Amino acid sequence: MQPFTYMRPTTAPDAVSAFASAGADARYIAGGTTLYDLMKLNIEQPRHLIDITAIAGLDKIETDGDRLRFEALAPMSAVATNDVIIRDYPVLAEALSKAASQQLRNMARVGGNLLQRTRCMYFRNGADGVYPCNKREPGSGCAALRGLDRGQAVFGTSDACTAVSPGDFPVALVAMDAQLEILGPAGSRTLPIGDLYRLPADTPHLEFTLAPGEMITAIVVPKTAAGRGSTYHKIRDRESYAFALASAAVALEMDGDQVSRAHIALGGVATKPWRAPEAELKLAGQRLTPEVALDAGRAAFSGASPGKYNGFKVELGARTVADALLIAAERSRS
Amino acid sequence: MTGSDDMPEDGKADTDNRTARSGFFTLSRRSALEGGAAIAAAAIFADASSPAKTATAAQSAPLPVASDQALTISATINGQPVAAEIDARTSLLDLLRERLALTGAKKGCDHGQCGACTVHVDGRRVASCLTLAAKIEGREVLTIEGLSDGAALHPMQQAFIDHDALQCGYCTPGQIMAAVACVAEGNATSKERIREYMSGNICRCGAYVGIVAAIEDAASKMERG
Ligand SMILES: Cc1cc2nc3c(=O)[nH]c(=O)nc-3n(C[C@H](O)[C@H](O)[C@H](O)COP(=O)(O)OP(=O)(O)OC[C@H]3O[C@@H](n4cnc5c(N)ncnc54)[C@H](O)[C@@H]3O)c2cc1C
Ligand code: SF4
Ligand code: FES
Ligand code: FES
Repeated sequence: MQPFTYMRPTTAPDAVSAFASAGADARYIAGGTTLYDLMKLNIEQPRHLIDITAIAGLDKIETDGDRLRFEALAPMSAVATNDVIIRDYPVLAEALSKAASQQLRNMARVGGNLLQRTRCMYFRNGADGVYPCNKREPGSGCAALRGLDRGQAVFGTSDACTAVSPGDFPVALVAMDAQLEILGPAGSRTLPIGDLYRLPADTPHLEFTLAPGEMITAIVVPKTAAGRGSTYHKIRDRESYAFALASAAVALEMDGDQVSRAHIALGGVATKPWRAPEAELKLAGQRLTPEVALDAGRAAFSGASPGKYNGFKVELGARTVADALLIAAERSRS
Repeated sequence: MTGSDDMPEDGKADTDNRTARSGFFTLSRRSALEGGAAIAAAAIFADASSPAKTATAAQSAPLPVASDQALTISATINGQPVAAEIDARTSLLDLLRERLALTGAKKGCDHGQCGACTVHVDGRRVASCLTLAAKIEGREVLTIEGLSDGAALHPMQQAFIDHDALQCGYCTPGQIMAAVACVAEGNATSKERIREYMSGNICRCGAYVGIVAAIEDAASKMERG
């Protein structure tokens, strides 16, 4: 691992100016569960680490008023176990509690969570030069394209990269139309979460739209009646402690048996958290039967383009959406 | 020999399984204090009354980095004040094992994937391999070495022995530290919940049935206090 300097500013503006004066190769670090992990693999090589976890009072969880607001340094475990979130927004609580392990959820912060990097095995296991990877080394090629692509994406892929966006919570936030509060050298701004993520296209090394030195300070979720009728349904190779093969974040506004509005986003299958408007439109005004749910699931995957070994994700994904819709509908009735 | 602190000495293994097993933790504590490989730790942990001395003891090895890539941290580890100058790259796990000779926490994967390195920081369980040592500044760390009350095993340690919740024992310190936190969090209320909230601790020997039974057992005892 490359040596680095380590700083611990105590306010957000101090962190932003520390970043600006550290110059190139500076990085913020929160829990470190993505960044320090990748530094050990020589994939991330910052020369200056700015630890933002000593910033006071940037870990609040607000549930009053007309929105939920999670400050960036709230641990994943704190949001996952918040009573209001569990009761009124199970999709958010489940997306967090079904991610990683309790140890990691205690360390990782919700801000850092949004910026985790892919688990593509060729990305993670090739810094010694065995596997080419355009994300790690732009222009070197992509070992996954003709490799073992079972875990790769079926949406949003390009000739340069098919890596899955690994996070669960971002998928739930995309379904719930969250906004981000951002502080940077040029001041503060807000950003719809969907706009945080880039498609790989021919620049897979560029994953996020944050400018250098910009810090996420909070996540804001508008309150909606659909929150109670929601779920994060995650299918994995094992019951627990694994990344999604396919997942669905679903929230339903119901009018009796009829869906008035559906929020649907997909995880484990796309190069960024993937909203599924085709399926949402298909459901509007429908009575939600198992057949209608499966039709919506199939509609969500109509545009999928699988590779050699990941074709199973299309049917698995459609059924994951269908099951999620039925769970969410059941909850909306109780 | 690394690991001398957590293996019963060869040849001395009691033929009675129970006795050998319960010797496990006793030996562990004693040899952490007396073992030849544990000079630094012996200096630190035998003389709790002198924080100044602990600082010097922990600084013995020269650091391989420039001074702006090093830092001094002070924290409380198993109730004792500890100060050390560290290379900023150091993980909490390496600080514990390589600098303080607290080799209870194990390095399984070094990437947050196995749970063998689990310790508590300010009462919450974390993977020490993915925790920068710099982050424990001013905090309280509890490792398996600090869990028992003198010679009396923690109920979770005793339950792991009683339920044969291990084979090779490599994952065990991490399992026990995770399990103690799991109970404290209120996540040990059913077998299903225990399995879910212990899923971050992998056991290659597959002692899971015993582990879940041990946690259920210890949970009821811990709740009774
Ligand atoms: C074994 C393992 C299993 C996992 N399983 C899952 C899983 O099943 N599902 C899942 O969703 N995730 C999983 N994760 C990923 C985990 O959730 C993320 O690593 C974690 O959420 C990242 O948060 P952090 O605070 O540790 O981020 P860090 O590692 O500290 O930071 C990540 C990135 O974000 C930047 N950053 C951090 N905070 C900010 C901020 N506020 N503003 C701007 N930039 C910032 C850093 O510079 C860095 O580039 C797993 C991780 C591991 C190691
Ligand atoms: S899919 Fe993307 S991350 Fe994986 S090897 Fe190819 S370029 Fe790298
Ligand atoms: S060594 Fe830390 S989780 Fe495996
Ligand atoms: S007892 Fe051997 S790994 Fe768990």
